[in-house]
Amino acid sequence: MKLPPFQALLDEHSTDLYRYCVATAGWGEADDCFQETWIAALRAYPKLRRADNLRAWLFRIAQNKAIDLHRSRGRRPVTVEAVAEMAPAEPGAEGTVLDGQPELWAALRDLPPKQRTAVFCRTVLGMPYDELAELLESSEDAARHNVFEGLKKLREEWTA
Amino acid sequence: MNEDIETALREAAATLPSAGPLDLQRVAGEGLLDVAYATVDSPLGPLVVAATPRGLVRLAYTGSRDEGEVVEDLAGKLSPRILEAPERLDDVRRELDEYFEGRRADFDVPIDWSLTRGFTGKVLRQTARIGYGKTSTYAEVAGRAGSPRAVRAAGNALGSNPIPVVVPCHRVLRTGGALGGYTGGVERKEFLLRLEGVLA
Repeated sequence: MKLPPFQALLDEHSTDLYRYCVATAGWGEADDCFQETWIAALRAYPKLRRADNLRAWLFRIAQNKAIDLHRSRGRRPVTVEAVAEMAPAEPGAEGTVLDGQPELWAALRDLPPKQRTAVFCRTVLGMPYDELAELLESSEDAARHNVFEGLKKLREEWTA
Repeated sequence: MNEDIETALREAAATLPSAGPLDLQRVAGEGLLDVAYATVDSPLGPLVVAATPRGLVRLAYTGSRDEGEVVEDLAGKLSPRILEAPERLDDVRRELDEYFEGRRADFDVPIDWSLTRGFTGKVLRQTARIGYGKTSTYAEVAGRAGSPRAVRAAGNALGSNPIPVVVPCHRVLRTGGALGGYTGGVERKEFLLRLEGVLA
């Protein structure tokens, strides 16, 4: 089994993975989610039996880390205001909100974990359904369903 | 409607900042950095250097091979847990700089011999003992490695040296003084021998 150098994974997926962490774990937990995901991935990497779907494998780890972090914070409700406050102000950014739409991400985080992941990976990363199914450890139909249900709820929230 | 929320998500995601760096100190601290590598500039062109927790394991000239090929080769031969971690190679970089500036004769960084075995390993360990500005011959190194007649095998061993410069295979010449071959091309061998004052 020939695994690519881990650095190649880091180069290829860091940006997407960090965005996933911000979107699904929130600003306050994004850095932890990001570091913990890579540490866990490094730990497991040499024992991997397959190298054909590393992105799905990596994001599955990230999903689990986001859930763990969420639990360890005692499921406290995160308000829209709190989310906006957590966005670090970037010097010289002239008042632009760094994460664009804090309310949108807050609404995404209100979805069940699988729907959260499904919506992000499908919509933002354009992940094919077979890959998404592997990530979610579900059937392709279930993956489609998670995307559909998640988007439906988000749309209701967003247009409400 | 569906289009709207998907577009909104995509646009919002594009404004998210990119990631900070992976915490390499923690990675190393938890024993997860099997191979660290970096690129070092030198008068002989950029060098890819790689170290394990045991020491310097590889030094590669670039040119015929690029960095990616060297890294992939190391991932296959040593461990796929290989990361670019320049600070892990600070000592190596400093010693190489000093060597190329003529301020260092011997390297102090520990060597990891993992990429060598058998007779090749013996030949290279003997080669590592040839001092700055001194030379030896293929026949001599073969003899010191225990097989005086394996001159050609000694030549092959030197040609496969995973750590040129630091393991000074450039100090091994043909009997009679001809330069012989070199992993990085004979002009690099000439440069190093000139640097050390062997060649005028």
